[in-house]
Amino acid sequence: MSTVTTPEISLTPERSTRTSLRSRLQDALPKIVLAPSFVITLVFVYGFIIWTGYLSFTNSKTFPSYAITGARAYQRLWRWTFESDPPSSWYTSITNMGIFGFLYIGICLGLGLFLAILLDQKIRGEGLLRPIYLYPMALSFIVTGVAWKWFLDPGLGLEQTLHQWGWTSFHFDWIKNKDFVIYTVVIAGVWQASGFVMAMFLAGLRGIDGEIMKAAQIDGATTIQLYRRIIIPLLRPVFLSAFIVLAHMAIKSYDLVVALTSGGPGGSAWLPSNFMYEYTFKRNEMAVGSASAIIMLMTISAIIVPYLYSELREKSR
Amino acid sequence: MRKFMTTTAMAALMVAGCGLAAHAEDVKEVQMLHWWTSGGEAAALNVLKGDLAKEGFAWKDVPVAGGGGDAAMTALKAMVAAGTYPTASQMLGYTVLDYAAAGVMGDLTETAVKEGWDKSVPAALQKFSVYDGKWVAAPVNVHSVNWLWINKAVMDKIGGTEPKTFEDLVALLDKAKAAGVIPLALGGQNWQEATMFDSIVLSTGGPEFYKKAFNDLDEESLKSDTMKKSFDNLATIIKYVDPNFSGRDWNLATAMVIKGDALVQVMGDWAKGEFVAAKKTPDTDFLCYRFPGTDGSVIYNSDMFGMFNVPDDQKAAQVALATATLSKSFQSAFNVVKGSVPARTDVPDTDFDACGKKGIADLKAANDGGTLFGSLAQGYGAPPAIANAYKDVVSKFVHGQIKTSDEAVTELVKAIDDAR
Repeated sequence: MSTVTTPEISLTPERSTRTSLRSRLQDALPKIVLAPSFVITLVFVYGFIIWTGYLSFTNSKTFPSYAITGARAYQRLWRWTFESDPPSSWYTSITNMGIFGFLYIGICLGLGLFLAILLDQKIRGEGLLRPIYLYPMALSFIVTGVAWKWFLDPGLGLEQTLHQWGWTSFHFDWIKNKDFVIYTVVIAGVWQASGFVMAMFLAGLRGIDGEIMKAAQIDGATTIQLYRRIIIPLLRPVFLSAFIVLAHMAIKSYDLVVALTSGGPGGSAWLPSNFMYEYTFKRNEMAVGSASAIIMLMTISAIIVPYLYSELREKSR
Repeated sequence: MRKFMTTTAMAALMVAGCGLAAHAEDVKEVQMLHWWTSGGEAAALNVLKGDLAKEGFAWKDVPVAGGGGDAAMTALKAMVAAGTYPTASQMLGYTVLDYAAAGVMGDLTETAVKEGWDKSVPAALQKFSVYDGKWVAAPVNVHSVNWLWINKAVMDKIGGTEPKTFEDLVALLDKAKAAGVIPLALGGQNWQEATMFDSIVLSTGGPEFYKKAFNDLDEESLKSDTMKKSFDNLATIIKYVDPNFSGRDWNLATAMVIKGDALVQVMGDWAKGEFVAAKKTPDTDFLCYRFPGTDGSVIYNSDMFGMFNVPDDQKAAQVALATATLSKSFQSAFNVVKGSVPARTDVPDTDFDACGKKGIADLKAANDGGTLFGSLAQGYGAPPAIANAYKDVVSKFVHGQIKTSDEAVTELVKAIDDAR
């Protein structure tokens, strides 16, 4: 017996070091794998945020200059914020951002939820309908922009076609109209993203426990009550994800405006990202461009961070 | 700090240069960044490619298409920041001076003296190709902006004659309108509107006024009654565009004139390239007149090849490129294709068409008479920040965000002040 146990005893410490090495490696593995992307994010996202913030306090023009000269860029932007008649480019950009952001997110969420509920009625051909709504998301903003530009152009697209069909009083020139051009950006943006939001909601709807719905129906809830009181509240996490996806897409919309309107009549379709690019690269006013980028960052943080905070804290509770 | 950056870049460059020099003799290659990618432009550039090939230099193309060079300038900025300069880059006006101030441009003075550029290149152009006494760029051509391009068939149909004054032009536009033709072909993009406004200001205020307002940025002139009158004239002429003009590209507007859908376009002479590409001949198919009231003056812009401070082993290639660019044969061959006129005034005009001949004569006269002015809309009147502020104001006036000419001049002064 003892001859058998002795080797076992002598083996034990060896095995334990091996397993501990292995388990340590296992512990460290996620960190090792994540390290490169962590470093890259740290430098290329947060590092450059800091750099941009720094530049916004200099008087950088064509090239970065590193002598701090104060907040002149912010003063100019602040002054432009209140120049509404005639509108300064910055005023146009931020009011457009408000209109675009509100309508784009709102309509996408509403339309996406509506489509998802309709598709969720166990209808025939769902497998065909779902990709039809989803596919616009596979197009780049440039393609969407150019296609809608042609479609909305009064001399080329919808208006022209309807005139040829005989409806000559039809008039739709929003894309050429300084007051309405931003709404055409909303139309194109919603067309592209609502199918994607629909897919998110559909996934959410499929994840809801059927027992809950049955229980509600037994208690005598009408369909409207069922959706209003039970299903939509249960979709709250989906709303959060969809909101965050849409909000960041809204604030970074640049290509859509350029492809669809090339800035609009007299620059009336600009969003802050267009303003930032114009000032940094075309007008050689890097400090103003950086300041506007920082303001965009601050604005989006002011909206997203409290929302994330409250949503995530409630979940952990 | 900028100096520090430059020094670092230079140091990096020297290291790179030594590295190359260690195992290579002179590089027989020119690297050229440009945005001449459309048909006529690419054909024009091929002339240079051929000339250099004859001397044994390979051509490394770095085309960055689009946006009137905005994309190319962004690419150039990145290249320069990384310290990998191209041999040369197509550049416009103040960009050359910006890069020269950053100390990244080369020095071609030796070649310039040898080739006699300082005598043959118009003084107004030298303001942009010479920095601090050193030649840093080779001008390729001179475009002039104050032209009218008219479809001759339409002109004959409505019985119009060359407009000599602004009132004549308005009368002519009225005739076209009565005949059911779109009188004025315009693309409603800010640079096109501002380019037209350059001509209107020169026509309304005369050469002295244009220079004071748009080259010297004299505040009194900018807010003067003459400037208000110019905006009023713009408001008059803008009524003759078709309702669908907003956002249209300039070449589509030219196509309207070529096809006879519209009578006239106010555009720089690059529009002629479109006519020529459509196999149209001056005086039989189309007419080129100076914008009424601007005869004798030329508002110009010019394409330049900025020459970077490349390592020593690439200098020979760079000199060859610069010499070829300003050689009389290339200047003639290139500009015949491009629609512009040569950047030196001693090039024979034998190969040019009627409009080209007139352009060459006008440039020479304007250079001698001191009436050759940089176009503000095209970035040769003031630095980009100011030029773009100006374009904003004109465009907002055209599209109705700015409602009166009083408001327009106030905004113009404010915008230019802001951008200074």
